[in-house]
Amino acid sequence: MTDFAGWLMPLRYGGETAEHDAVRNAAALFDLSHMGEIAVTGPDAGAALDYAVCGWPSALPVGGARYTMLCAPDGGILDDLIVYRQADERFLVVANAVNTAVVLGELRQRSAEFGAAVVTDETLSTGLISIQGPNGPGILSAVTDLPVGQMRYYTGAYGLVAGCPAWVARTGYTGEDGFEIFCAPADCERVWDALAAGGVPPAGLAARDTLRLEAGMPLYGSELGPDVTPYEAGLGRVVRLDKPGDFVGRSALAARAAEGPRRVLIGLVLQSRRVPRHGYPVLSGTSEVGLVTSGGPSPSLGAPIAMAYVAADAAAGPFSVDVRGRAEPAAVTKLPFYDRRKRQ
Amino acid sequence: MSVPAELRYTAEHEWVAIEGETATIGITDFAAQALGDVVFVSLPAVGATVTAGDPCGEVESYKSVSELYSPVTGEVTAVNEELNDDPALINAEPYNLGWIFRVRLTADAEATAGLLAAAEYEELTSSAS
Repeated sequence: MTDFAGWLMPLRYGGETAEHDAVRNAAALFDLSHMGEIAVTGPDAGAALDYAVCGWPSALPVGGARYTMLCAPDGGILDDLIVYRQADERFLVVANAVNTAVVLGELRQRSAEFGAAVVTDETLSTGLISIQGPNGPGILSAVTDLPVGQMRYYTGAYGLVAGCPAWVARTGYTGEDGFEIFCAPADCERVWDALAAGGVPPAGLAARDTLRLEAGMPLYGSELGPDVTPYEAGLGRVVRLDKPGDFVGRSALAARAAEGPRRVLIGLVLQSRRVPRHGYPVLSGTSEVGLVTSGGPSPSLGAPIAMAYVAADAAAGPFSVDVRGRAEPAAVTKLPFYDRRKRQ
Repeated sequence: MSVPAELRYTAEHEWVAIEGETATIGITDFAAQALGDVVFVSLPAVGATVTAGDPCGEVESYKSVSELYSPVTGEVTAVNEELNDDPALINAEPYNLGWIFRVRLTADAEATAGLLAAAEYEELTSSAS
């Protein structure tokens, strides 16, 4: 067990490799109740969110989901978010546990000018259970009235899971097909047990981290933070400079978009089996050109992998990673490291 | 958690099986469980001289890397090459297939000084957890 943003969470239930492989090859369950859930409701909810985040939530249809970011006025990333449009006048914003208080405060402050928008922290009244893996749709469809097999990726719908009312979304953080089920905390056990009944194992934070790393998905605190812009993170597409009206960070982000990033996020596969970890220097020849943001063993690739920021003018490589005093050669690879659509 | 009575231990969570002048060394069940799946072991070189208390390798798991300390003084005579293909043998069988290296002990008494008995190690881990 480990302390994670004030939540006591399992790093693993059994072995990390088995948990990771279960998600890639079958399915596993995650308890994600630590995630922050913030509702933005009312006639001005869409307009308030359009001003608060760099995406365009008001353009989402009901049932739509979008990955977006909350940026500071200088364009730095305060958190990355999923926004669901659950009804015409109701959006659910899912924040990282470590940032829930910051996101809540910013959303409240930024929506203050929008008289008819209400921001409500629903974190403690919302449980979140996720089933991830290719067998997820089949397993979930047996215990829900929703036609989950027909749901498109990044959509959500209200329905019943194990008889309990839930918001079910085809989203995840593993690079695999899967669903996230938001329900009342009192119903979590029933939902979990119904999904686990056929022998679906639980997976912990460590597997979640290797899965998202293989999928090239950024993590706040590693790839993302207040000193990083979405452009540096390779996520410029989430900044909707084409949306109407002002939003927090617009002018700074527009300037960053025009000048091009000073550093870029790259993927590295090591030739040695020594594991690159957060903060290790990335070398080009003998000069340090960047830092590892996330690194770990990749069960799917069978080699250690890392994401790293390197200076844009050094991005061609060749690279090595300084793994505790020894330079380990590393090959640059296009992100993501793992793409389920390209599996044999 | 298992702590076989016939082995000796260190505060760095290693076990030592001494037969004559040969010591076989691995990490304990307690350590393996605390680390989680081991993904790589940097083994000492056969023929290398190791000194009790000094680092001679590394054990990497998903979330951490730990130094491997030699619990004894002598010369490395064998390493467990199986760990190169399946480092998680350390998790599955820490006291058997998961052994890490063997040392021919030097003749003096210092070679194995300071090792703990099973009961002492058990006490140490129960106060740690």
